[in-house]
Parts: sequence; C-alpha cells; structure tokens
Amino acid sequence: MKELLKFITCGSVDDGKSTLIGHMLYDAKLLFADQQQSLIMDSKVGSRGGEIDYSLLLDGLMAEREQGITIDVAYRYFTTEHRSFIVADTPGHEEYTRNMAVGASFADLAVILIDASKGILVQTRRHARICAMMGIRHFVFALNKMDLVGYDQHRFEELSRDIRVLAAELDLQNIKVIPVSATEGDNVTTRSPNMPWYKDETLLEWLEQVDVSADQDEEGFVLPVQRVCRPDRTFRGFAGQIESGEVHTGDTLTVLPSQETASVQRLFHMDEETDCASAGMPVTICLDREVDVSRGSVLVQGTDLQMTGMFSATILWMDDEKLVEGKSYFLKLGTQKVPATVMKIDYRIDVNTGDHVPAKDIRKNEIARCEIAASRAIVFDAFEKHRTMGEFILIDRITNMTSACGTVLHPLRRSENLTWQELDITREIRAAGLNQKPKTLWFTGLSGAGKSTLANAIEKNLTLQGKHTMLLDGDNIRMGINNNLGFTERDRIENIRRVSEVAKLLNDAGLITLTAFISPYRADRRRAREIIGTDDFIEIYVSTPLEECEKRDVKGLYKKARSGDIPNFTGINSPYEAPENPEITIDTSKYSLEEAVDLLLKELEPYLA
Amino acid sequence: MNHLDRLEAEAIYIMREVAAECEKPVMLYSIGKDSSVMLHLAMKAFYPEKPPFPFLHVNTTWKFKEMIEFRDRRAKELGIEMLEYINEEGVRQGINPFDHGSAYTDIMKTQALKQALDKYGFTAAFGGGRRDEEKSRAKERLFSFRNSEHAWDPKNQRPEMWKCYNTEIHKGESIRVFPISNWTETDIWQYIKRENIPIVPLYFAAERPVVERDGQLILVDDDRLPLHPGEVPQMKMVRFRTLGCYPLSGGVESTATDIDGIIEETLSAAESERTSRIIDKDSGSASMEKRKREGYF
Repeated sequence: MKELLKFITCGSVDDGKSTLIGHMLYDAKLLFADQQQSLIMDSKVGSRGGEIDYSLLLDGLMAEREQGITIDVAYRYFTTEHRSFIVADTPGHEEYTRNMAVGASFADLAVILIDASKGILVQTRRHARICAMMGIRHFVFALNKMDLVGYDQHRFEELSRDIRVLAAELDLQNIKVIPVSATEGDNVTTRSPNMPWYKDETLLEWLEQVDVSADQDEEGFVLPVQRVCRPDRTFRGFAGQIESGEVHTGDTLTVLPSQETASVQRLFHMDEETDCASAGMPVTICLDREVDVSRGSVLVQGTDLQMTGMFSATILWMDDEKLVEGKSYFLKLGTQKVPATVMKIDYRIDVNTGDHVPAKDIRKNEIARCEIAASRAIVFDAFEKHRTMGEFILIDRITNMTSACGTVLHPLRRSENLTWQELDITREIRAAGLNQKPKTLWFTGLSGAGKSTLANAIEKNLTLQGKHTMLLDGDNIRMGINNNLGFTERDRIENIRRVSEVAKLLNDAGLITLTAFISPYRADRRRAREIIGTDDFIEIYVSTPLEECEKRDVKGLYKKARSGDIPNFTGINSPYEAPENPEITIDTSKYSLEEAVDLLLKELEPYLA
Repeated sequence: MNHLDRLEAEAIYIMREVAAECEKPVMLYSIGKDSSVMLHLAMKAFYPEKPPFPFLHVNTTWKFKEMIEFRDRRAKELGIEMLEYINEEGVRQGINPFDHGSAYTDIMKTQALKQALDKYGFTAAFGGGRRDEEKSRAKERLFSFRNSEHAWDPKNQRPEMWKCYNTEIHKGESIRVFPISNWTETDIWQYIKRENIPIVPLYFAAERPVVERDGQLILVDDDRLPLHPGEVPQMKMVRFRTLGCYPLSGGVESTATDIDGIIEETLSAAESERTSRIIDKDSGSASMEKRKREGYF
C-alpha cells in the first residue's frame, strides 16, 4: 500500500494553477476516458480556440466555468507507481483567499505558481504567508509560463534569488524551484527539451519523492478526547485520535485539565483490542480508575500542555463582518468549544511587506496578531509544539459563520491573584466600544436641593452627545431593588451600599452612571468611592442651603418632618455631613437650571473626555 | 500509516465529532458499496458501542430486490436501527422511472429524502458522497450546510480548517456530512477487500437477464419493466458498478466474480463510474450541482 501526499497549488490569478494540475493528470494518463472526452468537448467552446483547456478539468462549479476563474478549492485524486496524491487546487483571487486557506490547512506541501513573466506578486506573498501560517513545511515554487520568457535561464536564476529572499523572510523551509510551462507541459511530468540547462527533477518526479514524514514528530503522547464510549455500565472508554507519540497498555497517563493520573487498562484500535497504538490512529482507551474525563479532556504522557484562559495568536480573518475587539465568539480548539473574546488586536500583518500595522479592526482576508481570552481555562499548546493543540477557529455566535482561523503563539499569564472573572479588561473594552469613559456621577445633597433635576438634565445632555448613560434615582431604587429597606441608619447604609454596587456594575458595562441620593453620611460616600473606584467616582455636592430646600419642599416632606410625621429626616431631625473634598460643588439657589447645567457640564468635561 | 489507514482515520474522526456535537444525527444508507463502507466505519468508530444514531434508507420502491434483502439481513446481523422512508404520495400518484423521467428522481429521491429528514427532525445526515465522483462534488466541504429548504449554496461555503469542524446551525437548518469525501473508487474497493466487508452480490459478475437499451444493460429485475417492441431479455455475464433503482442502473459486461477481479477492472477502468448512472446525463456537466442546490444528496 502506497504512501499518501496531500498538496495544494496556489499563487496569483492566471498563474495557471488549474491548468498545471489538469496537464499533470492528462499527461500521466490519470484521466478516465469519459473525463477526457468531456474535456475535449468543453474546450471546443472555450477560450483556447479549440486547443485543450486543461483548467476545465478542475473548475467544476457553474459560476467558475461561466467566469473562467476558480472560486472554491477543488480536490483531485491520483495515483502513480510511487505514491497516492490528493491535490487541492485553490483560487487565486484575493476575494477567495479564505478558500485558499481551506486547502492550505489540509496539505503537507504547497506548489506555489509564479508567472515567470510577472515575477513575485502580492498574492504570491499572501499565499506563501498563509501556507506557512497553516503549518505547511514543504514548498515547491513552480516558475510557470517559461515559454513566454523564451525559456530564459537568466530569468529563472533571477526569480530563484527573489524566491530565496522571500523564503528567508517568511522562514520557509524545504524550498524547491522548478521552471515549467503548464500549457505546453515543460517539466510537468517530462523533462523539457526547451530548458536543457535545468537538470533537476520535473514537478511530478519531485512530488513522488519528497519526504514529508519528519513533520509529524512532536513531543510526548497527546490524545484529545472526542467522546466517552459507554455501551453499558461495565465499559467506559475514551475515544479520540492520537495526535502524537505512542501509548501502551499499563502506561500512566495524565488527564488534563484535572491533572489526575491513571493507567491504561485496555486499549482499542477502533474495534481491535491491542497493546500499543501510535500517532494518527483512532483509539478508545479504558483507564484503571475513575477519573474526571469528558469530551474536551486531553490525555497526555511525557509532555506538558498549557492550561490557562488567555493566549496570543496569529489569526486569518475570513468573515465578511469585520473583527472588533471585545466581541464574543465560540472558540473551537481540538475537541473543546468555549465562548471566547478577542481582547486586543496587537497589530495587522501587511501581507506584502510583513510590517506590523496598528489596527482597530480586521477585515476579511487580513492576518493579525491578537490576544484571545476564553471564558474558562482550556488545554492547548503553541502551534509549533503540538499542531492540533494550537490550531483553532472562531465561530460567530449569531450567524454561525467560521469567522477566523488561527494558531497559538504562546499563553498569556495573568497575575496569580487576579482571576479571569474579575474582568477589568473587559470593562475597558466595553467602554472603548461605546467610545466613552464610564464614570459614576454621584450627586449628594439635602432633599429638595435639586439632585434629581440636575442629574436628569445632565443625563439628557450626555445622551444628546452620543454618550451611553444610566440614572439611578433615590425614590425609584427604593421602590425596586431596595424595597425591603426602611430609613433606620442601618438601612440607609445598606441602601447606599447596594446603589454603589449597582453603579459599579453599570460602569463595568461601559455606561456613565448618575446617582441622585441624599447620601448624608461621609462614611457611606467614602465606601461608595471605594466600591466604585476612586478614579471613577465623581462626587457632586449640590450645596443648596436648607432654607431654600425647605422653601421649595416639592414633595411636601419638610412639612411632614416638621410636624413629626417623618422620623430621621435629613436636615431636620437627622444630620447631613457635607463633603469635605467633593470634585464639584454647585448651589442651585444661585443659578437658573440652564445655567447650572452649563456650569456642571463644563466642570465634568475633563473627567469624561 | 498508509494511504487507506489515513482515509479511515479521517472518516472515523468525523463520525465521532458529529456524534459528540450534533443534536440528532442519522446515517443515510443506500445499500450500495459506499454505504457498506460507511456502515462498516460506523461500527468500528464506536466499538464496543453500537453507532449512536439510526440508519435511514430512502426507498423509491424501484430498488433491486437483492438490495432490499441485503439491507434487512445486515440490519438484523448488526443489531442497528434501520429506518425506511417511502414517499407514499408519490406511490399513490404512480410515479415511476419510465413515464416521469427526472421528475421521478426528484419526487421519489430528493423530495422523499427531505420529507424523511423533516419527519424525524435530523440535524445532521451522513452521506457516502465522494469528491472523485463528479466535479461539483469535488468542491464540496466535508461538512456541507443546508438551509431550511435543504438547499446548498456552493458560492458561500463555510471555510473548513484543519480538523476544526464547525457544527453550529440554526433551528431548521441541517448538515450533510461526507466522511469518505477523499476516497476514490479504487480506495473503496481496496478497503472492502482489506476489511472483508459484505456487499450486495449484484456488484459481482453473474449470468443475469438483461435488455440493452440506449447503450445500457438494464436488468429485468421484476415484471414491472415494460419491454419495448423487439426487446427480448437475454442472459449475460454482467455486474453493476453503482446500485440504485434497477431501471436506472446500467450493468456492464464483466467476468469479475470476486473483489480482485473488480479491483483489476477498476484500476484499468476506461470510464468513471457515474457514466453508468443514467441520472447524470440530463443536462451535461453541471447537472449534479443543480440537483444539489435543490436538495439532492
């Protein structure tokens, strides 16, 4: 039984990818007679004026044949005396880059076509970069259309130098450069009499002999669990595909993330019980004791994997919708699927120059470096150490689109005592999304001082400015969340504590929060400042004097308090402790409402800008 | 691992992913050789458990008799759940392959399949399609998404990266999953041989009563086959490369009475296998894509 080589062809539009593969299949007599017949028929109506158009063998979709371009990746299968091949022929248009990436993620080797008359193009660089990112380690650069440059050896040497520069830049290994003509068949399957100066292998010869087997060597044994096999109460096996290394019955394995250990009691290679299995094989493993294993767990031996919730990654964005920081996606990595957020876009990578470009969002077919946070710790590794533990996709949670694919560079560690649930970075991201600084404007003052009126007017004004706000008003809060609280000192303290916590949550959500509570005690306001955070807490003292407030008596409360109907009424029979260092002070008895609002907005500006 | 081992591992990985992630999977079973391989892979993938999903056969009522016998025997031997679905409305209307042409395929196969999937509410259906069969299939993903009308949108397929299969769908949508997409016809036969997989005897050459019609050898499987003037059934050594409805599956003259003979024939085959499937000849090379956009498997 033969060995299998999976490869792709890529390169810019019209560099002749489909034609090259078509010609290879045709020359190597790998076509069925009816396919050959249909090719000749189809060519008669095509653009080659009756000459055989080999690309028609691969461009299978109606839209592709209509437009004469390749839209999606096509897979072809052929076998020669030496090897079995699966070739993915990928589209060259930038618009369909994601389909090209699909082919690249599947391949062991890439054949990158370059039009010898044009040289290395942006799309050549893009494809080479994506191939490298997807983990391809063997490259053939086919310098095509040599017939158009008169089979010129100097042109070949010049382009070979350019390719070596590109390979060094992208850190590509295992490079082979072959001069070909896909339409004429030079050096495709047979040595070209037109290029006697080229003495090396033809493309097909090279593909038949290149050794890609060393690629699979990774440290230790790794098995991501796909499912738990439980046909009856006596059998509990963990099914998955061995991603690296070997396993034997009796081996002690570590279960991640629980880090429990257990020994392999029984081992099945599919439906056959065995003593030993190795990389690539589908297996089912029974352990000798009860341990916590489910889908998403990883069984390992002789290697360490990462277990945190954050990592740095290179991603290829594939969605028509652009990537924005802070949006939640499903992350699928190995057999794990968890909600995750792209916390931060570090930079976009220019596909042409490789430059790091600052970016706020990432669009379709762009490559970026970013930080990703999963909603809980997951098991993973750097892509270069364990490929399948470092490759992932992001799924849009609303459209279900596969929005991005990526590879893990390294884990990001957070300080030990700070857990992910504390979310202070998310708060910044939310605020950035709303384009504002979330602060709490804490209005304090006597009943009737004008707190609610002012807070209301300020909120309207901020909303007109496009800010996102929320107003917590004393009476409303007491009718809802605090309806079980009275007016004893203890209840007043609790009242303010709850309001502070709610204000903080709203700030966390990115909102500017306004609160209008008498909040008469310094100690309570100090606690509120501590809860909300001193940088985000803006104390606004509405210092309207008692006489003025009592004169206004909008709700008739002072009258009731004076007659003894309300005990503990602030200013009458309970003290108000004026702030010592408020950020802002305003006495509404001195201004009209409009003047007061203008004044306040001016004072707030440095805090909110 | 050799070529076949890698293909086998890929198919089993996919089957396990679907069983773990999809809400209500089913495996379509057409009784053909590809279905036999799929069934065999499913038995291996979940061993010692039975496959954690039922099998579904969409019966047009025009299948070869031997196929139905084989189906019922295999289901019993393996202890799997085999569902059968027939478009009873089509049967009532007397829809048949002789009078109704491509409408027959649509009503008794495509519509019947949609009805069956809707009836049971399956969210994922395994199929035995292979990319080497036909050009538009060569472009289809392993996980292929269908909207609530069961239609395929070839221009807007989700990217499929590495082995990270995205199985998320909305209510009403479904996925067609093709675990043996990357197998060729030769791979199928070599695997059947290696694993000793039972297949319907019609695949092996034997003396059978056939009539020659439009260059195809049609088996006189029962008395429902209307004979054209001058047609006389004659005994010939024939075998079938693909099995479907007997009036639509042309046989080929052959002396291959065992697997080795078939493999030898396949390796030197002058024509790819769909040539003997009459259904594809309707509208040239784009016909399968059209059919699939409309919900054909």
